[in-house]
Amino acid sequence: MPFRRVKFTFKTALIQSPIIYELGHKFKIVTNIRRADIDAENGWVILELEGSIEEIERGLDWVREQGSKVSSLDGDILAG
Amino acid sequence: MPYVQSLRCKECGRDYPQEPIYVCDFCFGPLEVNYDYDEIAKNISRESIQDGPLTIWRYDQLLPASRDNAVNIGAGMTPLLKADNLGKELGLNNLWIKNDAANPTHSFKDRVVSVAATKAVEFDFDTLACASTGNLAGATAAHGAKAGMKTMVFIPANLERGKILGAAVFGSVVLVNGNYDDVNRLCSELGDDRRWAFVNINMRPYYSEGSKSLGYELAEQLGWHAPEHVIVPVASGSLFTKVYKGLKEFAQLGIIDSVNTKMHIAQPFGCSPVAKAFIEGYAHPKPVVPNTIAKSLAIGSPADGYYSVGIANSTGGSATIVPESEIAEGMKLLAETEGIFAETAGGVVISTLRRLAREGVIKPDQETVALITGTGLKTLEAIEESVQTSTIDPTVRSFDEIVMGTAVS
Repeated sequence: MPFRRVKFTFKTALIQSPIIYELGHKFKIVTNIRRADIDAENGWVILELEGSIEEIERGLDWVREQGSKVSSLDGDILAG
Repeated sequence: MPYVQSLRCKECGRDYPQEPIYVCDFCFGPLEVNYDYDEIAKNISRESIQDGPLTIWRYDQLLPASRDNAVNIGAGMTPLLKADNLGKELGLNNLWIKNDAANPTHSFKDRVVSVAATKAVEFDFDTLACASTGNLAGATAAHGAKAGMKTMVFIPANLERGKILGAAVFGSVVLVNGNYDDVNRLCSELGDDRRWAFVNINMRPYYSEGSKSLGYELAEQLGWHAPEHVIVPVASGSLFTKVYKGLKEFAQLGIIDSVNTKMHIAQPFGCSPVAKAFIEGYAHPKPVVPNTIAKSLAIGSPADGYYSVGIANSTGGSATIVPESEIAEGMKLLAETEGIFAETAGGVVISTLRRLAREGVIKPDQETVALITGTGLKTLEAIEESVQTSTIDPTVRSFDEIVMGTAVS
């Protein structure tokens, strides 16, 4: 089963939203939180996602629509 | 021969074998090359370095690959120039410009890609890949050509024609329809499942080590000591951390006495997550959507931002956010005083330098190095509106009238 490692970065408005819980329920994706740092105003979470490629893509599009930044673990790859 | 012992996680310290991997399986921290410094210390000296080639490979004992197999088009040993004219303008008496625009493809990226390409050949990859808006594209395409490898250079389709052609001359490039995020996403996915040497993904631990050579060169060219201040343009933060690492390694090995260098972050207003984190006092930069004319600094989610903030803090350095309007000013100031045409990132550095001098962060006699990481010829559009030319008829009268302002009736 394909899996991807991604980093979500949340703004204040999203801190109280159960984004990862909903991601696992709205889509056929197994979520596994590996690292996180969340305080009252900001937060980031690194997690593994397991599922079909299409389902992971749909799920990540949904996360972006909620206002979270989705990035690779290595930050932006597109360099100057 | 290289003295690499392992790849080591920067977060949890776990060791991994030398493979094309870049992230710790346990904590997802970044992997970094771990050397046997005791062995290196027995074999390195100022003399052994000076006997080496006039490229980054003179420092190969501190790089993860041997100079014998190097994919080498001549990266490194770029000029360190005393900038007396600019210094006079800014009130600095001991100012130096490290001009990395003098690299083979005109940016510091030749340093990192030379190392990445060499490791890619060692790992038996046949394809060298990157995603870039300019400098990295040229460096990857050129080193791929030298290595006889296939190249996969991904460029946003709407990039300026000159930059596309500047990379395409070395081999084919792939133009991607989409914005920065689209290209990032595509390349992240391709990097995960293709057997390519992606210079800043699976080659990243090795690739980034190439930037240390800038730190080594500063120390060597200054007469074997570390400067008091270094101003670095920050994108991912990798260059910033590795310049400092290079200086620290030299001190650790006794090549130089000590390092008391203050490391200064320079970022443009339109993409300043690292500088903002430093200034506002938090450790992890918050991702931003870049909107700056300094395209080579347009990294909204900087992989080494956290570590850069840490080094700026621990060294007593600073961070400056340069207004977009001052970028071209900085480029012009450097060009008009020192005869060096820097890219927009250089404009950010010079404007940062000017502010640090004005605010007294840098004292007049303190030895200071400003890093110029690429040439302005790739970003001509940035200065289009801030330079002046005169157009005359082919007559002396027209010349006197328009240029000299001394026409006689």
